[in-house]
Amino acid sequence: MSVANPIPQTSIVEPRVAPTAAKIVVARLRDLALLPALALLVVIGTLVSPVFLTSGNINTILTSSAALALVVLAESLVIITGKFDLSLESVYGFAPAIGAMVVVPAANFGFGFELPTFVGILVVLLVGGLIGFINGFMVVRLRLSAFIVTLAMLIIVRGMLVGATSGRTLFDLPDAFYALMVITFLGMPLAVWLAAFAFFVAGIVLRYHRLGRALYAIGGNPEAARAAGIRVERITWGVYVLAGVLAAIGGLEITGYVGAISANQGNGLIFTVFAAAVIGGISLDGGKGTMFGALTGVLLLGVVGNLLTLAQVPSFWIQAIYGAIILGSLMVARFASGQSQE
Amino acid sequence: MSESSPPGGVGLPIVEAIGVSKRYGATLALSEAGIRVMPGESHALVGRNGAGKSTLVGILTGLREPDSGEVRFSGQPAPPISDREAWRGQVACVYQHSTIIPDLTVGENLLINRQPTRRGLISWGALRRQAREILDQWNVAVSEDMRAGDLKVEARQLVEIARALSYGARFIILDEPTAQLDGDEIKRLFVRMRELQAQGVTFLFISHHLQEVYEICQEVTVLRDARHIISAPVANLPKDRLIEAMTGEQVNLGSADTAGRTPATDAAVALEVRNIGGEDFHDVSFAVRRGEVVGISGATSSGRVGVAEAVAGLGGFESGSITINSRPMRSGDVPTALALGVGCVPKSRHAQGLVLTQPVADNVTMTIARRLGPLGFIAPRRRAEAATAAIRRLGVVTEGPEQLVASLSGGNQQKVVMGRALANAPSVLVLMDPTAGVDVKSKEALLQVVDDMRREGKAILVVSGELEDLRTCDRVLIMRHGAVVAEHEAGWSDNALVASIEGI
Repeated sequence: MSVANPIPQTSIVEPRVAPTAAKIVVARLRDLALLPALALLVVIGTLVSPVFLTSGNINTILTSSAALALVVLAESLVIITGKFDLSLESVYGFAPAIGAMVVVPAANFGFGFELPTFVGILVVLLVGGLIGFINGFMVVRLRLSAFIVTLAMLIIVRGMLVGATSGRTLFDLPDAFYALMVITFLGMPLAVWLAAFAFFVAGIVLRYHRLGRALYAIGGNPEAARAAGIRVERITWGVYVLAGVLAAIGGLEITGYVGAISANQGNGLIFTVFAAAVIGGISLDGGKGTMFGALTGVLLLGVVGNLLTLAQVPSFWIQAIYGAIILGSLMVARFASGQSQE
Repeated sequence: MSESSPPGGVGLPIVEAIGVSKRYGATLALSEAGIRVMPGESHALVGRNGAGKSTLVGILTGLREPDSGEVRFSGQPAPPISDREAWRGQVACVYQHSTIIPDLTVGENLLINRQPTRRGLISWGALRRQAREILDQWNVAVSEDMRAGDLKVEARQLVEIARALSYGARFIILDEPTAQLDGDEIKRLFVRMRELQAQGVTFLFISHHLQEVYEICQEVTVLRDARHIISAPVANLPKDRLIEAMTGEQVNLGSADTAGRTPATDAAVALEVRNIGGEDFHDVSFAVRRGEVVGISGATSSGRVGVAEAVAGLGGFESGSITINSRPMRSGDVPTALALGVGCVPKSRHAQGLVLTQPVADNVTMTIARRLGPLGFIAPRRRAEAATAAIRRLGVVTEGPEQLVASLSGGNQQKVVMGRALANAPSVLVLMDPTAGVDVKSKEALLQVVDDMRREGKAILVVSGELEDLRTCDRVLIMRHGAVVAEHEAGWSDNALVASIEGI
């Protein structure tokens, strides 16, 4: 065992400050990886249609993305914690439907309780939270595979929605169910402000609050998080509950957007949700990704959907093109950031 | 090399490594080391952790390429590294961790990736027959249809040996085969080794238990600090000389300091452990005063880690009590331990110490996030200050607090773990293998931190198998089979301590 040379030791102790700034800039740039793709789509959009860059159309894009945004936010939180929640798409349909059915009369396919409207809205949130709680129980307490548990929940909850409504569409709902889309502030529906606010709060909490940092720690290495005194089980469980509530609010937003609740509301949505999250840089391995990235993922998909409509792509081909564009954006993000996406 | 003995038998050595060196980054893992194993003997390879044993095994099995030097089998140069098939025909290693696939049958494990086929499809009947033949040939009484994951360690090792032999290899490396076996199983393993030896199989036997070396081996090679120290017949190398060869004659100022310092007998007791029992330890009691460093050592399975984890809240204890600054510790509760003022360096920095995907700043502030701002919010400035202070205090070589921990060297990662342990200004520090797998300079820096913390009046528990770590201690408790069996005051000689750890 040789004695260390004391001279280099002192030079080691000085933290080098200069490269730090550069590193941080690079780290920030990774969050911006989708912006080139987004910019490219905007250029194409302006060329395709003169309507594209009007404030009316931008309003349309944001309004139609608001509901998806909340579910992507919910899923991103779960993925950062290192888990999955596929059942969010069913919650997105089931929670508002149950909330509506306790309010509307039996003639309108309700349960016939005809409870006050605010109770109905509360039920929407409660149902979302409850399904999240059950998911959390099975994943955290029973240690079942998150993927399979939530896949089963997706099917069960979807089936319960179809069963409860007998496959019929609910409409003529109380105004409160449409409020998020009907009431506007500064020209935008409340739903857009709500989604923006949710992303803002989540972004701040993930970056500047110990709970947010705990999500990254748990997703990165649950054992290390436990050793650092983080209540891994409790927090993971809480994230499931929160995700359920957020998905329920997203469902309420789409209810206002569509004006009714069909028995297949949210059907297949989870694929889009995962696409937005992963394009936005949320790593499926857990522990990586930012709210800003997830938001750009949502916006990119919103712009693509809008463009396809404006370009009058034959409706039978929209899905195929949509999928191809998701794949293309994924590649752009991959090479713009220089990071592999697991 | 001066004491190398000439080959005992006649003919060429079955395996020979000549002047092999291997460097990993800044660490020299093997320096001009060599070994020669004669056919039919059982040859022991001993050395302390980090002496270069596993690197040498990697080179002898063709998993690692030496930077210089060469390996010969029966006088012929070793096959190229890429030719795994040829290596398998020469040498095999039975590792401590299993290399069988638990959900396949024993038979398929034996013939994996070379299953007998008929018209391109696997013939399960032929596979079972061939597997049975292999097992019978080497006298392994295990059903070929059994799920391999259900095998006990003892049977699993025999299956792995049979598999190696079925590739044609007659030179088998056993890497600490006795570590997970009990006394009777060890006896049976040795009987089997002697039988195989009589059938012409040569063994390289690695063990931390020196009495086993004397029991089963004819030759012994000692490595220390990446160098070959001596090769000799075991009969010519009594235990004390063997231990001396393993530890070297080190003049270490640290130990003199420790022996010379006056124990703080009047300081308050910060940590008191009374009769605790748990999964792999029982009836363990000791107390650590402020400003005192107490070591716990023992073999890997001695229960030392269980005791340390119980104190830090990482593991539970079923009976007895742990009090920290006169307040009771709850079993298996890290937040309580943190609140009581315990800082902890867990045993494995990768498994429990670090979130590799997160920056240095997040890792060192993980235990104190709640104190960095109001309502749980983390003020960026205070986070940066805390991180920079830790980086400065521990001399972490990093580009800054925002660098991801994954891109740091092992030594610097370990400093970050130490930083995390110190972040909550603990009064009791629990350090498990605090210098495992770090280079010499980082080791010195980390041990210096331990000494600084002692001067600050912290009660420190060092749980380690490394003599360097234990040298900082005022006294060292030795555990064996879950109980404390000996205590050494500072000033112990390496030989006495190693003998006590190894139980001889």
